[in-house]
Amino acid sequence: MDLVDELKTICSPERVVTRRHALQTYESDGLLQYRALPRAVALVDSAEEVRRVVRACYEAGVPWVARGSGTGLSGGALPVEEGIVIALSRLRKILEVDLDNQRIVVEPGVTNVDVSAAVGPGHFYPPDPSSQIVCSIGGNIAENSGGAHCFKYGFTTNYVTGLEVVLSDGDVVTLGGKEVDRPGYDLLGAFVGSEGTLGVATKITLRVVPVPEATRTLVAYYQTTDAAGQTVSDIVSEGIVPGAIEMMDNLTIRATDEATHAGYPLDAGAALIVELDGPESECAALFEQVEAICMRNGATGIRVAKDEAERALIWKARKAAFAAMGRISRNYYVQDGVIPRTKLPEVLRRIDDLSREYGMKVANVFHAGDGNLHPLVCYDDAQPGQAEKAEEFAGLIVQACVDAGGSLTGEHGIGVDKKRYMPDMFSEADLATFQRLRCAFDAAQLANPGKVMPTPRLCGEVPGPYRQHPLERAGVAERF
Amino acid sequence: MSGHRPATLEEASEALRSASVEGASVRAFGAGTKIDWGRVAPDPDVEIRTDRLNRVVEYNHADMTAVLEAGLRLAAAQEMFAERGQMLALDPPLGDGLGATIGGIFSTADSGPLRHRYGAARDLVVGMTVVLADGTIARAGGKVIKNVAGYDLAKLFTGSFGTLGVIAEVVVRLHPLPATRVTARGSSDDPTALERGAMAVSHATLQAESLDVAWQDGRGSILARFAGAAADVQAQAAARLLAETALETSVAEDDESLWADQRDGQRSADGATLRLSGLQRDLARVLSAADRRRARVLGRAGAGAFWMKLPDAPEEELVQAVDDVRAELRDLPCVVRDAPRAVREKIDVWGEQPEALVRLSRKVKQHFDPDGLLNPGVFVGGI
Repeated sequence: MDLVDELKTICSPERVVTRRHALQTYESDGLLQYRALPRAVALVDSAEEVRRVVRACYEAGVPWVARGSGTGLSGGALPVEEGIVIALSRLRKILEVDLDNQRIVVEPGVTNVDVSAAVGPGHFYPPDPSSQIVCSIGGNIAENSGGAHCFKYGFTTNYVTGLEVVLSDGDVVTLGGKEVDRPGYDLLGAFVGSEGTLGVATKITLRVVPVPEATRTLVAYYQTTDAAGQTVSDIVSEGIVPGAIEMMDNLTIRATDEATHAGYPLDAGAALIVELDGPESECAALFEQVEAICMRNGATGIRVAKDEAERALIWKARKAAFAAMGRISRNYYVQDGVIPRTKLPEVLRRIDDLSREYGMKVANVFHAGDGNLHPLVCYDDAQPGQAEKAEEFAGLIVQACVDAGGSLTGEHGIGVDKKRYMPDMFSEADLATFQRLRCAFDAAQLANPGKVMPTPRLCGEVPGPYRQHPLERAGVAERF
Repeated sequence: MSGHRPATLEEASEALRSASVEGASVRAFGAGTKIDWGRVAPDPDVEIRTDRLNRVVEYNHADMTAVLEAGLRLAAAQEMFAERGQMLALDPPLGDGLGATIGGIFSTADSGPLRHRYGAARDLVVGMTVVLADGTIARAGGKVIKNVAGYDLAKLFTGSFGTLGVIAEVVVRLHPLPATRVTARGSSDDPTALERGAMAVSHATLQAESLDVAWQDGRGSILARFAGAAADVQAQAAARLLAETALETSVAEDDESLWADQRDGQRSADGATLRLSGLQRDLARVLSAADRRRARVLGRAGAGAFWMKLPDAPEEELVQAVDDVRAELRDLPCVVRDAPRAVREKIDVWGEQPEALVRLSRKVKQHFDPDGLLNPGVFVGGI
């Protein structure tokens, strides 16, 4: 049977998309520069359908890409031309809320924000990517998503305790569980952040934590980003771990204030949002200390959120940063790089130099606690060649991050967008070692091929049958 | 058994490469404090001693990261971090002479009471350099705490018992070392009351640094430790919560020895120690199961990791006791840690694993160590 016919048998015909105009909905994810048309999209309704679709692809030797909400910014869910897309957005059931044990079990299509809603108001799920209203937990697992609160609370990988995974040969394996620290290889840790190349998660167990008693938020303004950066270093070196520390430069402040009227001074060189959360007694003691550190570093003004409404307004400006950029530039390219926090002045100067050289403005938004920089390169694609030039410029920015001892990506992933830069960060031996893991999970390389790794690689001969251990031969131990 | 003492990454690579050419089996050895863990297997042909790979390669105190060689003792690293008011938030038992090394701790994924707030070794490692069986030097991760480039092989190698490669360097994230710590304690002879007490603290908005349980001779305690600016206020609040669940409570500011006992009690020189992975709601039945066997329990009441120490007994009785505990607490993964060799030879120390998981684990092993030379036989599924 033809593969598409088989998918129709597995999913029912109306849930298999094959018409060209309908397929175009799936030709890109959040990164629109790349497009590819799949042969078909399977709108699966259950984990069992996922397994059967994956198995059918395996039998047919056809590659597939799992897709959640399609909000990714590195082309991780870009279809393989003539491959299959497994769309998980109908798998939206919350399977179990176990608050006694502070766990929740969900299907992969559940949105990030719905996880917190399901365990509220007493608990929440800390990783909070800006797209949290629409992005899916399955996608968060694939990308190891972060957010504004991960400096204190950690990343997706620190909250996933168990996954049911369909491997590319259709085998179903459970990695981890509700309990932590189970015996065996940490395959769960290896799977999270593997960008859909090791298999597809169909059932996800997450750890949730109590909502903090108090939250205190301020925004401090500075003449320079250096002064704001020094404030961050001083806060951290005094042993304070804020729930979030976010920095915006002047261009970002101007764009976002125009969009949100949040009241940031338009002449500030930098704005630093510091949010403390935790027990009331602790927040109160540390908040004064934070204010003092801000003043010591030359803050030209500090605005303390008096209530939840003002806190929301302060955050509104930060969260609108990407969208607001449209007001000052026809187009912009969102970059995602990481630097050791102390290298901020040096890397920002490098970006300034490049900005002059390329004649393009750059707005900087910074998860300052963990060194995750989001420079937005502004360009106008009405002018021929500008898009390519902006992309080249953005590439030099991540290379500067890597040169400063940082990383190509903090939360958006490698996908297709950055695979060509992987050799800047990893040696040939490192990449070959990654490939060993890939081959163990997916020797046929049907799961999201063409992502992460810079050049296609074969898995080669899979080593022969497992050899009997001397203990087994001696009858001392046996396998199970 | 022949030995190598490489002083550099390149020497370690050469030692592994030459062993693989000869088809010799290899294991890494730090201080040897946990060398008996895992399945009983024949001694390997070659031992790579890490005692000369004991440098602090980088300590970026302002960025709160460090690059540590495998042979460095954790205790030595902590002294250095403490001078800057920082710590590696990992406090496993350190064994004889406080000898436990970075390589040994990460290879076994050992942890201690700080696991409650900061997570396990896997949650603190941000990068790693390993040497594979064929001598390949490979790096994964990076030196920054936030990084999603490439596969997270540092997590894969953490807890892999040297069966995929030799850990040569570990990059860790650091945390502030709290100036103040205060512990609230609630005691009872009723396991159910203790479980309720622990859950009252873990579900409250208090942010405990550690939340432990200790049980011995028919009586036990919940220990909740708070750190930082409002440690005392939080400990008082925790004590009130514990009192509400009918525990006898006290608050201790001089609490260091309490926590040393919690750490060191994870090891035992006699009897057998089982490590059970469970959930908060498993606490009472773990304590009851222990009590019926005159066993001691300590561990993480919030994170759900329990160490059950069965009293010393003749080897057949110990084997039977391990089987009985596993049968009674069937749904809790159970690993035998410290136990006499004769006992470890007669049981599967790792416990039963699902077949699909073992199959995948073997594939991983085959791809990283195709000739099966690295610490063969000690790991889950006979890997």
